[in-house]
Amino acid sequence: MRIFLLLIAVTFIGNLNAAKLPVEKAILTAPPMVPPQITRKHPAKVIIKMETVEKIGTITDGVEYVYWSFDGTVPGSFIRVREGDEIEFHLSNNPESKMPHNIDLHAVTGPGGGATSSFTASGHTSVFSFKALNPGLFIYHCATAPVGMHIANGMYGLILVEPKEGMTPVDKEYYVVQGDFYTKGKYGEAGLQAFDMQKAINEEPDYVVFNGSVGSMVGDKALTAHKGETVRLFVGNGGPNLVSSFHVIGEIFDKVYIEGGTAINKNVQTTLVPAGGSAIVEFKLDVPGNFIMVDHSIFRAFNKGALGIISVDGDKEPDIYSGKQADKVYLPEGSTVQDVGGKTTKAAFAQSKSERIRFGKRVYESNCQACHQADGSGIKSAFPPLAISDYLNNDPKLAIKAIQQGLRGKITVNGEVYDSEMPAMRLSHEDTANVVTYILNSWGNKGGEVTLEDVANQGH
Amino acid sequence: MACPQASEMVSIAGGEYRPLYINKDFPKTKVKAFLLDIDLVTNQQFYQFVRRNLQWEKNQIPSIFTEEGYLKHWSNKSEHWQPNVQIEDLPVTNVSWFSADAFCRAEGKRLLTVDEWEYVARASKKHINGNKEESYNQRILDWYSKPQSSLASSTLKANYNFWGVNQLHGVVWEWTEDFNSSLVNGESRNDSSIDSKLFCAAGAAGSADPSNYAAFMRFGFRSSLQAKFTLGSLGFRCAK
Repeated sequence: MRIFLLLIAVTFIGNLNAAKLPVEKAILTAPPMVPPQITRKHPAKVIIKMETVEKIGTITDGVEYVYWSFDGTVPGSFIRVREGDEIEFHLSNNPESKMPHNIDLHAVTGPGGGATSSFTASGHTSVFSFKALNPGLFIYHCATAPVGMHIANGMYGLILVEPKEGMTPVDKEYYVVQGDFYTKGKYGEAGLQAFDMQKAINEEPDYVVFNGSVGSMVGDKALTAHKGETVRLFVGNGGPNLVSSFHVIGEIFDKVYIEGGTAINKNVQTTLVPAGGSAIVEFKLDVPGNFIMVDHSIFRAFNKGALGIISVDGDKEPDIYSGKQADKVYLPEGSTVQDVGGKTTKAAFAQSKSERIRFGKRVYESNCQACHQADGSGIKSAFPPLAISDYLNNDPKLAIKAIQQGLRGKITVNGEVYDSEMPAMRLSHEDTANVVTYILNSWGNKGGEVTLEDVANQGH
Repeated sequence: MACPQASEMVSIAGGEYRPLYINKDFPKTKVKAFLLDIDLVTNQQFYQFVRRNLQWEKNQIPSIFTEEGYLKHWSNKSEHWQPNVQIEDLPVTNVSWFSADAFCRAEGKRLLTVDEWEYVARASKKHINGNKEESYNQRILDWYSKPQSSLASSTLKANYNFWGVNQLHGVVWEWTEDFNSSLVNGESRNDSSIDSKLFCAAGAAGSADPSNYAAFMRFGFRSSLQAKFTLGSLGFRCAK
């Protein structure tokens, strides 16, 4: 009898496994948001519906680009499934599209990553299914010829296959994907820019951006969090060409899921994100402020747009980061630029008063500004003002003398007594003439010009 | 409605060319002399064809010959689907291969083959082979990279090439007789067999001209089609 019951039980359980999985529709989100963590502890059949869309967008102020995209965004929607899920993928190509498109998901084990089975003409839908065998964070992208062009135009995104045991909960999760863009015109050149195939082959991008455009996560679009929260970034790199050195200025990654896989590294400053690859980074926010995501191949961040902001509010933590505690003057003897010998190029000589003023400004900034300040206001009781200074305006020759020979002892400027020491500045006659001319013509001073003769006449 | 004018044709001299998927070491493909419509078939011309052949009307056409979007840009007036006056002279789109083929046959003509189309279309204004001209391919690529805007007479420009054929580029994709015989399989990265004319995108060792991305894209586009498909970006012309 027992054996009979056991047999029935085994058959029943066997049938359960063969029985259909619960069906659910995937929640897809637009960047930078991420669908909620998966809580179920069993596999499911997940229906995913995505659409390829070709549309004109703004890559930076004044510059338009024809993006090819999944679901109208670059990167395309974030897909979140669980290891072992069976996914039924519906790929539609918007009827307005000019090109056919398909999809290769790096999470797919199978020919083309799904591309062979999803090649879709505009106004049609392809359906194929796959099982998510491996956990990890995977790129997906279009793989229609010419593949590089489809990717370069923005056809990529991320699919997360959560491991069976799930991921540790965190406070905030965000979606960031880097991409390089190649346009006919230079960075910032206005108008509708076409894709430049030759630049793409040469791997010389004009734009390197997060989430499809310059400033996508800046200002009111910055990612937000509170001090004390743990943030997880799902970082992808659609390429098509460049590898990213992903770094968050002011933070250290407590945890990095290397290349979006299972191995974990800790205490990492900058992590590599391969083209067509990913990384997951986690960090706890210990102080408030703006933390800037960059590709640390730094010209990409500051000259091509690979920059985004995480804005963190909360009370300051001076023990962890104090902010500026002091701002003091540093003025060693002989503050002019030291000549280290060797060939020096002959400096240009000023040919006119306006040139003197222009050259003099540079001299002022390098030699005088530290004490007398950028606006000529000086520092009370220490360094006399030059702005509307009676001492100077009554007799500019005194300025020449102070520069050439130094000045020690009590002087009265604008009614205040200064008893200090100004070292001789070792400036050339040309520089002296220029800087005094600049001073005389700035901040409300009386104007005029100091020539080389004036300087020479002061003796040295 | 005026009497339908069969589209004027020009004579294309025979010659040879190298299709994209044929290796440099192989002999070029020969194309025999033929006649080709100067212009794309217009809505007006197609309407005349449908009036004389009611089985191709939107309501009548069997579903194996087309799909839902057939002539969807025409209006339903007094039980007939017909094009508005504004679009009469614009190239007809949203037609399937079957209906395009039937139209040409009704005029005693035929659809042209891929070889014939590629052979004629590679001409620029001045040369039989425009591939040597620097910006020729780039101009075509530029059109491919823009989204399909609706056709309007204000934006359509005449573009006669060396042969005197108009608007082979920059307006619509075109049906060809054997569009499905040169396939990119959906997986564009491992196609490499010359026999089945499959090839890899950009940098394919087996292709005649890896820099001809425009041609890659056309081959890719054709491979995505089935004969019953209708697309707003796909029209046709006839040959003899």
